[in-house]
Amino acid sequence: MKILVPVKRVIDYNVKVRVKPDQSGVELTNVKMAMNPFDEIAVEQALRIKEAGKADEIVLVSVGPSQSQETIRTGLAMGADRGIHIEADQDIEPLAVAKLLKAVVKKESPGLVICGKQAIDDDSNQTGQMLSALLGWAQATFASSVDLGSEKAKIIREVDGGLEHIEVVLPAVITVDLRLNEPRYASLPNIMKAKKKPIDSLSVDELSVDATPRLKVLKVEEPAARSAGIKVRSVAELVDKLKNEAKVI
Amino acid sequence: MSILVIVEHDNGTVNAATLNTVAAAQAIGGDIHALVSGHNCSTAAEAAAAIAGISKVIVSDAAENANGLAENIAPLIAGMADSYSHILAPATTYGKNILPRVAALSDTAQISDIIAVIDKDTFQRPIYAGNALATVRSGDALKIITVRSTAFEAVADTGGTATIEQIDAAGDAGLSSFEKSELSKSERPELTSAGIVVSGGRGMQDGSNFGMLEKIADKLGAAVGASRAAVDAGFVPNDYQVGQTGKVVAPDLYMAVGISGAIQHLAGMKDSKVIVAINKDDEAPIFQVADYGLVADLFDAVPELDTELG
Repeated sequence: MKILVPVKRVIDYNVKVRVKPDQSGVELTNVKMAMNPFDEIAVEQALRIKEAGKADEIVLVSVGPSQSQETIRTGLAMGADRGIHIEADQDIEPLAVAKLLKAVVKKESPGLVICGKQAIDDDSNQTGQMLSALLGWAQATFASSVDLGSEKAKIIREVDGGLEHIEVVLPAVITVDLRLNEPRYASLPNIMKAKKKPIDSLSVDELSVDATPRLKVLKVEEPAARSAGIKVRSVAELVDKLKNEAKVI
Repeated sequence: MSILVIVEHDNGTVNAATLNTVAAAQAIGGDIHALVSGHNCSTAAEAAAAIAGISKVIVSDAAENANGLAENIAPLIAGMADSYSHILAPATTYGKNILPRVAALSDTAQISDIIAVIDKDTFQRPIYAGNALATVRSGDALKIITVRSTAFEAVADTGGTATIEQIDAAGDAGLSSFEKSELSKSERPELTSAGIVVSGGRGMQDGSNFGMLEKIADKLGAAVGASRAAVDAGFVPNDYQVGQTGKVVAPDLYMAVGISGAIQHLAGMKDSKVIVAINKDDEAPIFQVADYGLVADLFDAVPELDTELG
């Protein structure tokens, strides 16, 4: 079985994001970029499934500018087998990404797609569910445990009230949550090996997808900053402030 | 123009986030209908009909709708989409699971997690863990939206006189089945709607130490939350997590105990009215957002706080 893992290039999660002065977006020039952390968890899960002998090939897909190939390389260095880069210089919305991924699924016929539950840039949390809908497949979102059988998979999902156990028919789209696994670091020999692994390039047009944006971003601004508070010296002073100044207890 | 609100419920009671979602629908303006899809869900339907501001409750009662499986419910909602200008759901794990599927089936972009309605086509939403706010305008005829509950004041859950109408379910897609849920049982208020939240972080050192916070919480009528670090360390279950990828809370009082204040945690609580931080590291970033900071060892301060609260 083949596993397809979509990966996104985003601002590194340690970087403090800055809004551009003209409010057209956030500053991306000279900012450290990295693989979306949830996608790393997805790659790791695919690797574990392959290592357990339940998959034979892991294909990474990334939609984005040419530098997205670096993100694919990161995943190849972790152990994935090959990559597909869909070149796009403008922002592609989740629905269009899902359509592009659907086109790749039709070409590659994977038995499973594993995605991060959301990207930490736009925080949309949509692409996996949309892909699943377009394919008419089952979806297992926010997975914290994946137990893959031959025709079905048992999934534990992280939901607001706790955990939910479901079973989905394969092929399916799984979106992964934080606690599914801890992604490995790429070893130096594997980083070297990854340089030789193939990455195919495709264009949005070749996949016959209309990626015209449906949403227009009118402006991006900084949230109102909280005014600086005070330090209290003791628990007694804290309780006094909460009772008599803030009046919240 | 009519708006459809997807009601989150457990077949008996309506989840509080639905009330905030109705408030967002009122901000858009128009006739508001509510969908209750479930099984043996007449109690939930009646509760929805009592919500202020809803004119009609549409009920789809069928076994395959019992557990909110997206594969069964999304086609039902997509099938109703022609009658509506907007479809709204709470940005809970329930809404986040189902609504993008509806959006794809309707070939519509989704606007996730809105925090403000500018006009019927234009909405504000946080990006980058709330470090930036984007104002977006949708060019689609249908708007599909999830609503951040803390950004909209809940409407009353009484006083409504909606009519109740039954519709057929979309059938069992045969793609997924529900086995069981392990829900945390608590007598304390729900994290996302509590007036006071007491949260612990990595500094708590051990799950058993959360007992100290629970005692404080019970004295204040508060909910207990946690940072991602505390959940990852296994101190408390996942449903305690406050942050970018956990729950977003905005109580009157948020007490962060032994929490350093990573960006992704701040994303989940920085809209709280009053923030208290107790941390022994006076450089911890949490103090930059705290109204009242106490630099102290939590293992001294929390028992003392317990005593002070009487």
